[in-house]
Formats: sequence, structure tokens, C-alpha cells
Amino acid sequence: MDFLAGQDVLTYLKDNVVIIRPQLVLILWGLVILCVMPLLHRGRTIYAFMYAVIGLLVAGFDVWWGSQSGIAFNGMVVFDSFTRYFQLLFVVGCLISALLSYHYLEIENEHRGEYYALLLFSTAGMMFLAGAIELITILVGLELMAIPTYILVGFLRGKRRSNEGAMKYFLLGAFSTGMILYGMSLMYGIAGTTKLTEIGTALTVQALSPLLVLSVFLIIIGFCFKVAAAPFHMWVPDAYEGAPTAVTAFMSVGVKAAAFAIFFRICFVALGDVREIYVPILTLIAILTMTWGNLAAVTQTNLKRLFAYSSISHAGYVLMGLVAGSEYGIVAAAVYLFIYTFMNLGVWAVLILMRRGDIQGEDIESFKGMMACKPLLAILMLLFLLSLGGIPPLGGFIAKYFVFAAVIKEALTSSGSQAIYLVVLAIVGALNAVVALYYYLRIVVIMFFEDDFVPSKLAFSVGVFIVLCVSGLLTLLTGIYPQPFIELARTAAVPLL
Amino acid sequence: MENILTIVCFFPLLGVALIVVWPKGKEHDQSIKWIANLVALIGFFISLPLITEFNNVQYIDSETGMRFVFKADWIPTIGAQYSFGIDGISMLLILLTTLMGFIAILSSWTAVTERVREYYCYFLLLQVGMLGVFMALDFFLFYVFWEVMLVPMYFIIGVWGGPRKLYAAIKFFLYTLAGSVLLLLGILALYFYQYQQTGVWSFDVLSMRSLDIPVDLQWWIFVAFFVGFAIKVPMFPFHTWLPDAHVEAPTAGSVILAAVLLKMGTYGFVRFSLPILPEATMNLMPWLLFLSAIGIIYGGLVAMMQKDMKKLVAYSSVSHLGFCMLGVFVVTPVALEGGILQMINHGISTGALFLIVGVLYERRHTRMIQDYGGLSQNMPVYATVFLIMTMSSIGLPALNGFIGEFMILQGVFADPINRLWAVAGATGIILGAAYMLWLYQRVMFGSNDNPKNQLLPDLNLREIVTFVPLLILAFWIGLYPNTFLQYLHEPVNEIVEIVRPGEFEPVTEHSTSIGRSGE
Repeated sequence: MDFLAGQDVLTYLKDNVVIIRPQLVLILWGLVILCVMPLLHRGRTIYAFMYAVIGLLVAGFDVWWGSQSGIAFNGMVVFDSFTRYFQLLFVVGCLISALLSYHYLEIENEHRGEYYALLLFSTAGMMFLAGAIELITILVGLELMAIPTYILVGFLRGKRRSNEGAMKYFLLGAFSTGMILYGMSLMYGIAGTTKLTEIGTALTVQALSPLLVLSVFLIIIGFCFKVAAAPFHMWVPDAYEGAPTAVTAFMSVGVKAAAFAIFFRICFVALGDVREIYVPILTLIAILTMTWGNLAAVTQTNLKRLFAYSSISHAGYVLMGLVAGSEYGIVAAAVYLFIYTFMNLGVWAVLILMRRGDIQGEDIESFKGMMACKPLLAILMLLFLLSLGGIPPLGGFIAKYFVFAAVIKEALTSSGSQAIYLVVLAIVGALNAVVALYYYLRIVVIMFFEDDFVPSKLAFSVGVFIVLCVSGLLTLLTGIYPQPFIELARTAAVPLL
Repeated sequence: MENILTIVCFFPLLGVALIVVWPKGKEHDQSIKWIANLVALIGFFISLPLITEFNNVQYIDSETGMRFVFKADWIPTIGAQYSFGIDGISMLLILLTTLMGFIAILSSWTAVTERVREYYCYFLLLQVGMLGVFMALDFFLFYVFWEVMLVPMYFIIGVWGGPRKLYAAIKFFLYTLAGSVLLLLGILALYFYQYQQTGVWSFDVLSMRSLDIPVDLQWWIFVAFFVGFAIKVPMFPFHTWLPDAHVEAPTAGSVILAAVLLKMGTYGFVRFSLPILPEATMNLMPWLLFLSAIGIIYGGLVAMMQKDMKKLVAYSSVSHLGFCMLGVFVVTPVALEGGILQMINHGISTGALFLIVGVLYERRHTRMIQDYGGLSQNMPVYATVFLIMTMSSIGLPALNGFIGEFMILQGVFADPINRLWAVAGATGIILGAAYMLWLYQRVMFGSNDNPKNQLLPDLNLREIVTFVPLLILAFWIGLYPNTFLQYLHEPVNEIVEIVRPGEFEPVTEHSTSIGRSGE
């Protein structure tokens, strides 16, 4: 037992477990729900919901106020400011998804306690990812995050598209995990270690070899699947459309942000010295992702699909931060993911409100004349849409500003063809903002310029109300007074440099 | 008083807040109209101290010469500041904005009957955005206002516009946005270059003037700025959104669009492109003048062929703004000053012409020239106003247009290299006379044989009130422009000195035969 390094088992556990305490809370809570659920009557799912919310709050408090920091389990997980930033984001994202789920699942008549257990497991997986600094931990985190999500996507058992989405998501998800795993095993062969920092050191002296290039490519492409970057995004529209809307919301912010978090850590900590291998291809992928996602969204009439494509294009903007590299790039991505979480969850909350009685409320037509009947909701939706489109003074603008700033800054300091690539990337990104606004405005047109709303009560519930208030407020606040959020993101970027 | 700019800028928000919480229901529309009008009127009055206190030493920033400067940290991490301040150029444009805002709101009293509450909210929000653009001394802040004002204008066109309003609204929005995002990239390049040179994160517009930027970088940034501003102006060949937006927008929307929104583009060139990127301006000058000249002549020719009055006035805007840009881009003191004065003039006369078309449209619901004729017989007051504004637009001496055009031509002629461009300008004046007089003749003279037109009532009191300030200003600027020009000398000389140092005598009260006063 030499890993104990002379300590006795109890002290060792005490010192190390504290680093992963928030994750353990969620897992424990999830297990309790799983065990107790069969004993509960079907109509008592509210207890599972309440219990999950409490678990998330506890984990959230632990992340924010807990004093833990440092590396644990012999260099497998870390709790630093980067971990903290993202873990907080995941907990909040999961909390919001849980709040959105309750009433929605009742309407879908699929309200069961396991749902919350799966949500908690998946969130625990994301939190592991945020703190993972070693290949095996990364893989375990990825799987812990992904497997519950596969099940959640197919949670509406009776619906064909839900099953279809889950199947596609599962197959491609498993495939991409396989690619990442293969890339990792090659990387282990090259570097002789699974720890990211040590890989980083090993690669500084490593000559470029076909094996290294293959390994890096496999890892990059595997993660491009996970973050839904084009041309590896094919599963997204189907999975997002088929999944219960609350799960879609969860995936489009949580799963995506978690994949990005670890993607950034790997690229900066382990692959920092082989940037020239993957930056050109990532530039291309970023351009493709933005453009493809936006162009495909233009013609959609189903809003779930539309926002699925829109989320693809937003992934392209976050990739711009990765391409830019440097501190600015990380801050940009962190700010972007933070703001995106709230404006996007706001949109999904509105969509969930529209799902009522027998009305699916996913079609763009179902928003007709919303301004005439529900002015407050329409204005809130307008806020989210404009923010997604990057119009100041809303959060989305600050997010876009930072990714553009990161790229332009890099373009000014680099020279030759690299500068040109970056300028092209910035211009494509800028013009894509115009395309994106076109389809966001299409929804605005339907809401504001036409009347004959289908007069029917919306699926209001306390949960959705809270979510709308929080996301609306944060969308405004991050635009008007972004200073504290930027500072938070800046501290988060420090461990990666 | 230190906060006067903030107050002027955000005062309309008070109106928005009041209108939002005002009791619901159609019967309250009347009171909402009163609120909006009063807020706009008070907004105008509280902006008057800007002109009366302009030369009060107390409010002059000793370093920069800006007036009423107010600075506060906004996003310290990136160096963005909440920084307001004005010089003579922005002061005149701010007054134009508050005045035209009031006039536009007053002119919608009977024109807007649907969704009244929203309409006035958007208008007041628009006002905030436009005022902020002219006041901001921080590039980041400027950009925020620049974009913010798109949204209310989009709604004004899209909800209360004509038959093709959706197309026009979205075209307006996306076209302008495409320009603005490129502008943002330009701003960022400038910002990071400034950091590289000075180590300070700052968007301060005035400190950027003293940067020594290599010419090729200047060139790139200039192109990015150019696309952003030229679309807004709009300069040929980026003008295609303008006729659509103007034709489909409600009258008040067109008035504001012509009088103020387009000036944001020209203002952008004067405030940012010229002084921050002087060498690129000099390098690209032939092209810029060429595009301006094309705009003058093309706009005039197309205007002549229009059957729709509003479209005619819209294309005349393209021509007149080409004129402004000619004056700005030649960067001689007199021409630049004339170009800026011409922005104000265009706001007054084209704003008035859109109101004039709107008056007829509200009565007859058609804007086709062929539907009218001989209106002067039963609408004498209207005919007089229309005639004066036509003359002002053509540039008849004693009216405002003449002063601006004369100064631009004089200034262009004073520059030996670019002297020939004055020919294009002069051609534009002839074309202007042709299409405006022809329009006036076809609408107002001849026999009034259409029975629908015989009973058209003349202007009512409210409509007269909307025209009176514009008429007064048209004569004022025409007869004694020095009241306004005196505020422009200082900033104009400063800009010319940056772009073409030592080439020209600074403009003073005696530089131009019409600016002459005390002799």
C-alpha cells in the first residue's frame, strides 16, 4: 500500500475524499433515491424531486463555500478555481433542469423518481470531469456523465422519437468515447504516463511522429463529437428533439459545458506544446460548426430542432476561444459558457411552458401572437433571443465580445498565414452572428407581428417561474454589469496557464 | 449639471417606465400619447442647456476640450468606461435628436392607433440609443448604444410599417448588423493595438487619436469601420436597405431614420475614422470621394425616376448624404464643417419632407405621385410648407441647404488635388432641383380633378406645430448660420489638423463668405 505514503488509511481518505465531496454527495443522494423509489407510491415522486433539489443545494454550497483545494488521490483529481467555476455551473444547470422537469414530466406522464437519480449521477460525472487531471479519471467522468444522459434522452418510453434520439445518441456517444479511449491509449504509449501535466512535460521533448499526430487527432475528434462540433454533430438535432425538453435543456448547457471544460484542460495542460498539430484543424472545425449550425437552423420550423442547431453554432463560438489559446481564450470560453447557460435555459424554460395539455408547443407557429396575450413572457423570450443573437446590452453580447477579442488579440500578435486564418475566423464568426439573428428574429416576428395566439393556459409552475426569473435576471445582469462574472472567469483560467 | 448628459440620454426611459405601468386598456391610449409627447418635449428642453452652457468654462474638460465630461468605471477588467462627453459636433446632433424625436412622436398622434403603448415605448427607447451614440466617448459604450438602437427601430418598421414591412424590417436589421459586427472587429483591433503600445486597457476614443498605427493596420481597421459606418450612412453601394426601410416605415419612423439614424454613420466617420486613422483616410481618399460622388449622382438620377413620393425622398437622401460624405472625406476645414452642417440640414429638410409625405398619406393612403395634382388649391398652408422645404432641400439661398452645399463646394474647391469632385457635387444640386421641383409641380400644381383630392383638409394645428420648428431652423441656418457654425470650428480644425497637418488655414468665422458675421 505504498500510495498511502506512510499515512494510515483513515487520514488518507479524510484528506482526499474532501476534494471530491460534492460529487460524492450527489452520488449518495442519487443512490438513496434509487433505493427508496420502489417503496414510494407513484404519485409521491415529489419527494424524490425535493430530495434531489436538496442534494444539489448541498453540493452547490460545498463547492462555493467549502474550503477544499488541491490535488487528491495521487494526482487523479484536483479542486482548483477552474474546477470550482465549472462545478458551480453544472450544479446550477442541473438545479434549473430539475426545476423545469417537475411539471413537465407530469404533463408527459412519465414522472418517476429514477429521473432525478440519473440527473444527479450525470451531474456528478460532469463534476468529475471538471476536476479530472488524469486520463483514466477523464474517461470515467465522461462515462458517468454520458450513460445516465443516454437513458434520460430516451426517458419518454412511449415516444418513438425519444427512443430514436436515445439510440442515435448512444451509438455515436459510445463511438466517440471509443475514439477518445484509443487516442488516450496511444498517448499513454508515447508519454508513458496518464497524468496530464506529465504528458505535457513529456511532449515538450517529443518529436512529431505519425503516432503522436494520430493520437492527438483521435482525442480532438472524439471531443468534437462530445461538444457537438460540425461535422460530428449529426446526433444533436435528433437527440435534442427526441429528448424530454427538460433533458434537452440539461444537455445543451451541462453536458456541453462539461465536455468543453475537460477539452480545454487537456488542450492547455497536456497538448499545449503540440498546438500546431491541431489548431489549424480546430479553426476549420470552428468555422464549419458556426456556419453549418446556423445555416441548418434557418430552415427549421420545429423549435427544438432550431435550438439544437443554434446550440451547435454556439459551440463553434466557444471553439474560437480554444483556437485563440492564451488566457484571453480561456476567459472567453468560460464567460461564454456561463452566459450561454442562462440565456439558453431561459429559452428552454419558455418552450417547456408551451408544452401543455395536448399541445406540443414546439412548432414555431405556436408562438404566434404571443405579445398580444402574454406580453411579459414574449418580452422575456425576446430578451433571450436577442441575447443569443449577441445584441447589447445583454449577456450574449459580452460573451461574443470576448471570443472575438480573444481571436483578434491572437491575430495581432501572430504573423503570416496564422494571422490570416484568425482574421478569417473572426470575420466568419461576425457574419455568422448576422445569420443567427435572422432565425432568432423569425421567432420574434411570429411573436410580435402576428396575432391569433391559441388561447390556452400555459404550463406555469413555481419551478418554471423561478427559472425564468433567474435566467432573465442573469441575462440582463451579465450584459449590464459583467464585471464580477468576468473576474470569476479570470480566476478560473489561472490553473490552466 | 455634471450629469446633464446622463440625464438627457436616459430621460426618455422615465417615459418608458411610466407607460409600462400605466393602466391597461384601449381607453388609456390618449393619456399614453400625452405622456410620450410630454416626455419628449421635456427631453428637448432639458437638452437646451447643452447649447447655452456650452462655453461655460466650468464644464470644459481642460485636457481634451470636451464638454460636460462624465467618467466612471464600468468594466474595469477590459477597461470599458461609462464615459460621456460632447464637442460642438455632437452637441448639434444631440439637439437635432431631441428635437426630431419630439416632432416624430407628435406626428404619430393620429397615425398610430394599434398597439399604442408599445409604439411609444419603442420610440422613447430609440431616443435613448441615438442620444447615447452621440455622447459616448468610450468605444465599447458607443458600440452598445449603436446596436441597442437597432431593436426598437426594427419593431417600429416591422409592426407599424407598410405592406412589405417584415422584409424591410429584417433587411434593415441584418444589413446594419453585418456592418456593426465588422465594426466591432475593427474596434477590437484598435483596442489591442493600443494595449500593445501603451500597456493600458482602454476604449477611450480620444486617447486612440494619439496612437501611431502602422499604415497597413490602419488600412484594415479603416475598412472594418468603413463597412460599419457606410452601411448606416448609407453610402453607395451599401444603400439598398434604405429605400425599403424608408418606404415601409411609418411616417415618424422615416422621419427619425432620415433625420437622426443616418447621421450616426456620418458622425462615426467624423468622430472615429478620420482622426484615429488619418493615414488610411488619406490613402483611400480618392476611393471615398469617388463613392460619395457616385452616391450623389446615382441617388439623384434614381430619385428622378420614382413614382412613389416616399421612395423619391429616400433616394434624395442617398444623394444628400453623398454630399455630406464628400465634404467629410475631402477633409478641408470648410468642407468638413459644411459636411457636418449639411448633416443637420438634411435632418431638418428631409425630416420635414417625410412629414409632408406622411400628411398626404394619412389623408389618402397612397403615396403615388400620379394620384395627386393641384393640391395647392385646397391646401394652401400645406403648399407653402412643402414649397419652403423643397427649396431648402434644393439649396435655395436664404435657406439652410444652400449654406451647407456652398460650404462643401467651396471647401472641395479649396483642395487643389480634389478640386474636380466639386463638379460631381454641382451636378447633384442640379439633379436635386430637377427631381424636387418636378415632384412639387406634379403634386401641387395643375388641375385638381380627382374628386378624392378635392376635399382634402389643410394642415391642422398639431401638424403645423410639427413643422414650425423646422421652418424656423431652415431660415435661421439659411440667414445666420454662425449661430451653429461657431460650435463647429474647434472640433473641425482639430480633426483637419490631425488628418492633413499644416495644409490648410483653420476655419474661423471669416473663412467663408457666408459664415461671415461681424463685418
